[in-house]
Amino acid sequence: MEHDPKGAGGGPGEPQEEFSIAHSNALIPLLVVFSLIVGVVLASIIFAGPAGHGEGMADKRAYTPKDFVEVFGKDEALVGLEDGADGGPHKLFMVPRPPFTSDSIFPCMDCHETMDPNPTRRKLVDEHDTIVLTHDSEHRWCLDCHDLKDRNMLHLSSGELVDFTESYRLCGQCHGTQYRDWRSGIHGKRTGYWAGAKRYLLCVHCHNPHSPRFAPLTPLPAPVRPQLLRESHLASAVAAPAVAPAKEPMKPTDDKAAHGDSTGHGAGKETP
Amino acid sequence: MSCPTGPLPLEPGEETVTPEELSRRDFLTGVGLAAAGYLAACTPEAREAYFAKHFLELNAEEVQLRMARLKEDHKTRYHREVTVSAAPPKPGVEFGYALDLSRCIGCRRCVYACVKENNQSRDPQVQWIRVLEMEKKGGIDFEAANPYYAHEKVPDPDHFYLPVACQQCRNPPCTRVCPVGATWQEADGIVVIDYDWCIGCRCCMAACPYGARHFNWADPVVPADELNTNLHVLGNRVRPRGVVEKCTFCIQRVREGRYPACVEICPVGARKFGNLLDTESEISRILREKRVFVLKAELKTEPKFYYFYGI
Repeated sequence: MEHDPKGAGGGPGEPQEEFSIAHSNALIPLLVVFSLIVGVVLASIIFAGPAGHGEGMADKRAYTPKDFVEVFGKDEALVGLEDGADGGPHKLFMVPRPPFTSDSIFPCMDCHETMDPNPTRRKLVDEHDTIVLTHDSEHRWCLDCHDLKDRNMLHLSSGELVDFTESYRLCGQCHGTQYRDWRSGIHGKRTGYWAGAKRYLLCVHCHNPHSPRFAPLTPLPAPVRPQLLRESHLASAVAAPAVAPAKEPMKPTDDKAAHGDSTGHGAGKETP
Repeated sequence: MSCPTGPLPLEPGEETVTPEELSRRDFLTGVGLAAAGYLAACTPEAREAYFAKHFLELNAEEVQLRMARLKEDHKTRYHREVTVSAAPPKPGVEFGYALDLSRCIGCRRCVYACVKENNQSRDPQVQWIRVLEMEKKGGIDFEAANPYYAHEKVPDPDHFYLPVACQQCRNPPCTRVCPVGATWQEADGIVVIDYDWCIGCRCCMAACPYGARHFNWADPVVPADELNTNLHVLGNRVRPRGVVEKCTFCIQRVREGRYPACVEICPVGARKFGNLLDTESEISRILREKRVFVLKAELKTEPKFYYFYGI
């Protein structure tokens, strides 16, 4: 300040005071503008920040595998495969039993033995009436896959009978690329040992043969946003005892809002 | 100015006092003895914890000691019996991973299976897998990706899903920036961290283009009854506060021949894992028969984590 040669017209006795007064006059509007900006920014951080996430508390809950016992409760991946860790000369492939709708429904001939086979295409009414066929239903019906005479079996287009445990051969007649991929382990799920015994699943374990599209699932909850990690708590600690987090893990949300919001805040550092 | 050697000259009339004080030599000897005594009284595990060497510098005996120490450590903290392995890479094995983007429905089962298997902190939440939701019409666009989607049911018809975890690069930027060499690539291709050697500087997190490394800001909270007791020294042992952690392809499982936890939980079978050097493995077949791609290929990180469209 002492470098100011004129001191803004002030007397030699009080150059500093004159200087500061002169400049503070000019600063006042600047200060007002600056404080306004700061105010707006702070307000947006304080109010818009958490509120803008839309979910409120839902976002702050840190869910854990324990909240989803129905998904993670059972671990039978290795059952029956324990000795096959290294594979060995003959690799072991375990395939679970075909998933019948109920235990009593098979063998089919228990009921069909005494019934007259009816090859007419029709809507079933007395039994099997809950089956909804959305598998090219225009062109197919039951007896394209199920055998008319031996109901315990399926049949290929050639007429060859195949057991329910080999239903993949039947599926593979139309879905050749999937069949090829499934056999080499590309399509479908494998569990067990990567170089040894594995558990394969049949096509029908994942795809209902009457309605093959993979059924949609309820997703497990989103991660806690980094800016909320500090205030996040375990779901079990936050949730009231009356609310079972395992049953209702999350509220269905307006995806659009969630999506728009996240693009605003971004996944930050965490998103590649 | 020279330093005076020997005692200062006395003023006339001052008496010489023979001090009962400790000489420096005796003091240092005493300290040394006390330290030695203390260390001798310590358990070998405690000694190992204090003088922990870099994992790659441990001899067989010291590896055993580290396993014993970690076992003891978990027992004290969680009152659970654990098994700690330090299984080395198998010769002739290089792990690879493939994920079928046409199958993934974004159900996040893998995320939580990973948390459970690898003893990630529940609170504050640490998750190694991040499932990104992207618009079908926008294609793969990380800027517009949303990891916080919350639909009632997935897959959402307008979106597809791209899970990201460690890409296990052949040319990993993270290991190169580590100032203390606490992270490296094993012979079977798994990028691991010595959690006893990491200083928590987070350089590797800045270097990783995939956001695959995560920092323990606080002491990890893993409920004792949820602890996975099948541990590996370089894998799912509970990490201390202040270190970076990451996916190891479930090193504790895959070195025993098992599939990673995310592969086993995936309800749609989108996740494929195996030995890249075995021409008959699932992963080799995928590389041969499908058009695969890697994330951010232009960075030349050369991931061993491939994405493909199975349909």
